[in-house]
Amino acid sequence: MSGARRISGMRLERVLPYVQVMPLAAVLLLFLVVPLVFVGLLSFWEFDDIQYYPSFTLANYQELFASPLTWKLMADTITFTAVVWLLTVLIGFTCSYFLTFHIRTLRVQILLLLICTIPFWTSNVIRMISWIPFLGKQGVFNQGLIAVGVIDQPLEFLLYSDFAVIVCYVNLFTLFMIVPIFNSMVKIDLSIIEAARDAGANSWNILTNIIIPLSRSGIVLGTIFVVTLVMGDFFVVKIMSGSQSANVVSAMKNEIDQLYYPPAAASAMLLILIVVLMITLVLRIVDVRRELVQ
Amino acid sequence: MSFYLLAGFFALFVLFLYGPMSSIFVLSFQGPEGGLTFPMRGVSVHWFDVLFNSQRGDAGAAFRRSAGLGLLVMGITTLLSFAAGLAFRRKFVGSGFIFYLTVISLVMPGLLISLGIGQLFQIVGVGTNWYTSGLGAHLTWTLPFGLLIMFAVFGRFSRSLEEAARDLGASRWKILVHVTTPIIFPGIIAVALFGFTLSYDEIARSVLAIGTKNTLPLEIFNMTQNVTTPDLYAIGTFTTVVSLLVILISLWSIAFIQRNRAGTPGKQ
Repeated sequence: MSGARRISGMRLERVLPYVQVMPLAAVLLLFLVVPLVFVGLLSFWEFDDIQYYPSFTLANYQELFASPLTWKLMADTITFTAVVWLLTVLIGFTCSYFLTFHIRTLRVQILLLLICTIPFWTSNVIRMISWIPFLGKQGVFNQGLIAVGVIDQPLEFLLYSDFAVIVCYVNLFTLFMIVPIFNSMVKIDLSIIEAARDAGANSWNILTNIIIPLSRSGIVLGTIFVVTLVMGDFFVVKIMSGSQSANVVSAMKNEIDQLYYPPAAASAMLLILIVVLMITLVLRIVDVRRELVQ
Repeated sequence: MSFYLLAGFFALFVLFLYGPMSSIFVLSFQGPEGGLTFPMRGVSVHWFDVLFNSQRGDAGAAFRRSAGLGLLVMGITTLLSFAAGLAFRRKFVGSGFIFYLTVISLVMPGLLISLGIGQLFQIVGVGTNWYTSGLGAHLTWTLPFGLLIMFAVFGRFSRSLEEAARDLGASRWKILVHVTTPIIFPGIIAVALFGFTLSYDEIARSVLAIGTKNTLPLEIFNMTQNVTTPDLYAIGTFTTVVSLLVILISLWSIAFIQRNRAGTPGKQ
C-alpha cells in the first residue's frame, strides 16, 4: 500500500462515522428537534377563532398556570402514573424473578420472555378495546361472578372508570418493566447469592440486599418507559373512562381538536420540559449504552 | 413451594395479557344477530364481510396505506440504524449528543411530535401526507429502537473477525458485506421487525401528522368511538393476524439462521 493511500485511508477512518451517522441525525433534527422548537415558538403566538399568527405573548402560559384545571390535570396524571408504576414494578419484578431464578433452561426462559413480549408488537388500540367485552355489564367478568354466585348485580365500576383505565395501562405497559428488569437480573452472578446463603442470609435478606440493588438499572429503565408512556397517553384515558377522566395530554388533544393550537403548545412545552429533565437525570444514574452491551 | 406460587403468578399474568385479546377473536366471528358481548349468537364471518365490503369506512385502503408506510419505515429504519450503529463503534464528536437526542425521541410523548410536525408542515405550506410528514413522524419512534438494538448487537460482536479478514487482504467494503453484515443479520431482522410493527400500529405520532387519509390504527381508533357492532372486533382480529404473521416470520428467520450456524462447523 502506498503512503498516499494509507493517509487517505486514515482520513476516511476519521470521516466515516460522521457519514454513517448523518442520515439518522438528519431525520432526528428535521422531525424531532425542529418540530419541537416550532411548538415552543407556537406557544408564544396569538390566536383567534380562525387562525393563529406570529407574535410574542405570555398569555397562553398565564392562562395555563392560572387555571385550576391545569393543576387538577397534573394531579390526575401523577396519580395515574404513580399507581400504574407501582403495579407494573411489582408485577414486572415478580415475573422477572420467576424467569431468572426458577427457570433453569435458557430455551424455556427465552420462550416465556417471548410470550411476554409478543403483545408489544401488536396493536395497542386492539388490546385496549378487548377489555370492553371483558369488563362490561354483560362482560365475561361480571357474568362469571354472577354464575359463581359472588354477586347478583353486575359491578358497574369495572368499565368506563378509572379502574378500567388502570387495568388497561397495566395490561399494555407491564412488559416494558419485565424486559429491562429481566435483562439486569439475569446478569447477577449466582455465586454471590450462594455466598450470602452460606454466610447465613435468609431469602428476604438476599432479595433486599442483593437482588433488588443489582436490578436497579433495569427498574430505572422500565420506570422511564412506563412513566413516559402513561404520561403521553391520550386515548386509553379517554375511551376506558368513558370520557370521564383526563390527563394533561388528553386535555391537550381536546384543545387541538378545537383548533386552540397556541394554548395546546404551551401545555406541550410544560410536558417537554418535564420529560427532558427526567431523562437528563436518569441518564446520569444509568449508563444505558453499557446496560445494552453487557 | 415458592416455585409453584411464582409459576402461578406468572401464569395469571399471561392469562391477563392474552385472555381479553382472545375473547375479541372469538367475538369477531359472531353471527349476524350478535352483539359486542357474549353470548355468541351463531358463528359467521358476517362482520369481516361488513368490514371490507360496506360503504361506511375504508378499511381496505387504510390497511394498504398502513402496510405501505410500515414497509417504507422498516426499510429506512433498518438502513439508518445499521449505518449509525457502525458509526457508534468509534468515538466521534457529537456522539453523546446524538445518543441523547435518540433517547429523547424514544420517550417524548408521540402526540407532541405529531403536533409539531403537523403544524410545521402546514405553516411551511407543504401540507401533511402519510409518505412525508407521516413517514418522518414514524421514524422518530422506530429509529431509537433500531439504534438501541444495534448497540446491543455490536456490543456482542467480536471485532477480531473483521481484523482477520483485513489481514487476509479484504477491502473495507468486502468486510462489511461478507463478514460484518452476515454475522449481525439476526439483529438486522429484529430492527426490521420493530420498524414495521411499531409503524403499523402507531397512533399518537400519526394523528396530527398523517394528513387527511387515515392509516389502519386511526381508522380503528375512530371506530372505537362510533361503531357498536362486532366489525370492530373483526378489524381487530384482522390486524392482529397480520402482526402475528410478521412476528412469526421474523422470529422464525432469526431462529433458522442461528440453527444453521450452530450446525455448520467452521462458521461462527
